[in-house]
Amino acid sequence: MSFLSFFQRNRRSAPVARERLQVLLAHERAPDGGADLAAVLHKEILAVIAKHIPIDQDRVVVKLDRGDQVSTLEIDIEMPDTALAGR
Amino acid sequence: MSKVVVVTSGKGGVGKTTSSASLGAALAQAGQKVVVVDFDVGLRNLDLVMGAERRVVFDLVNVVQGDAKLAQALIRDKRVETLSLLPASQTRDKDALTEEGVGRVIEELRQTFDWIICDSPAGIEKGATLAMRFADTAVVVTNPEVSSVRDSDRIIGMLDSKTVTAETGGQMDKLLLLTRYDPARAARGEMMTVEDVLEILAIPLLGIVVESPDVLTASNMGCPVTVLNPVSPAAKAYDEAARRLLGETIAVKTPQAEKKGFMSRLFGRKAVA
Repeated sequence: MSFLSFFQRNRRSAPVARERLQVLLAHERAPDGGADLAAVLHKEILAVIAKHIPIDQDRVVVKLDRGDQVSTLEIDIEMPDTALAGR
Repeated sequence: MSKVVVVTSGKGGVGKTTSSASLGAALAQAGQKVVVVDFDVGLRNLDLVMGAERRVVFDLVNVVQGDAKLAQALIRDKRVETLSLLPASQTRDKDALTEEGVGRVIEELRQTFDWIICDSPAGIEKGATLAMRFADTAVVVTNPEVSSVRDSDRIIGMLDSKTVTAETGGQMDKLLLLTRYDPARAARGEMMTVEDVLEILAIPLLGIVVESPDVLTASNMGCPVTVLNPVSPAAKAYDEAARRLLGETIAVKTPQAEKKGFMSRLFGRKAVA
């Protein structure tokens, strides 16, 4: 641990907990045998993009926000510049 | 019309028994006739938390199996007149409770009491499913912590599928009781906020009980916190939650962190002393 990291300790762990839970529960809430829409979309969207651009699975952030009227599925994919070069 | 309330959570150690005792006591203090039933067969603790551990003669299993009459097993609280306890037994026999037997006991309790509070064991096994089986309302006790929230989500799913109310096409009332909430840590982003948990679990909020030393003191003394220390923030939270169960409209205020001065921040508790 460097000297500076003492001051920059990332203490905001709550948002991480929230997002991990949202994604996990979207998977777990699927009725047995039924399709879990969020998980299926997540997988298929990534598969389509992966056909054209290499994706690092660790650089994908999936966020599910449930609202009263509308829910949003947000999939954030970091793409290396090299992947886009020449296209 | 009596109400059957299950206090449940999935995860252990989040405050089901404490909350059952405190909500039951608060309802009784409001003049309601209340019985708190311990469903944790094999690991009973409600008797201890309510200070009646030396008065247990017969228990829920004895009544279900017909070895004792309900009146023989009920323990009247010595402090709150309209509060009673039906203890669980210490047997290791997992099949000591039957659905039919529990249904019969609940029906009999409905004749006498306004509120039947069922203190569920942790887990999703038979004891927990029987505790929720005949409930009209569920109080889901949750800590702002990932494992607790996940297990509560699981339990909410079971409440919507494995209860008599759900199976007969009814809507189970599910209410969230957030316990061990630390406003200071939530403000610093170290703990999920009330809003975070509400957004994930998506059920109405019954109350927020802040992390408080008064809760441990109350269980040490074997006396519900609403009786032992009514001015404590935890007691007030349980009292308000009980009044919401009774139909009063009281807005849930999210507890805010106390503002600490520079000196107390620097020296912690020493500066306060």
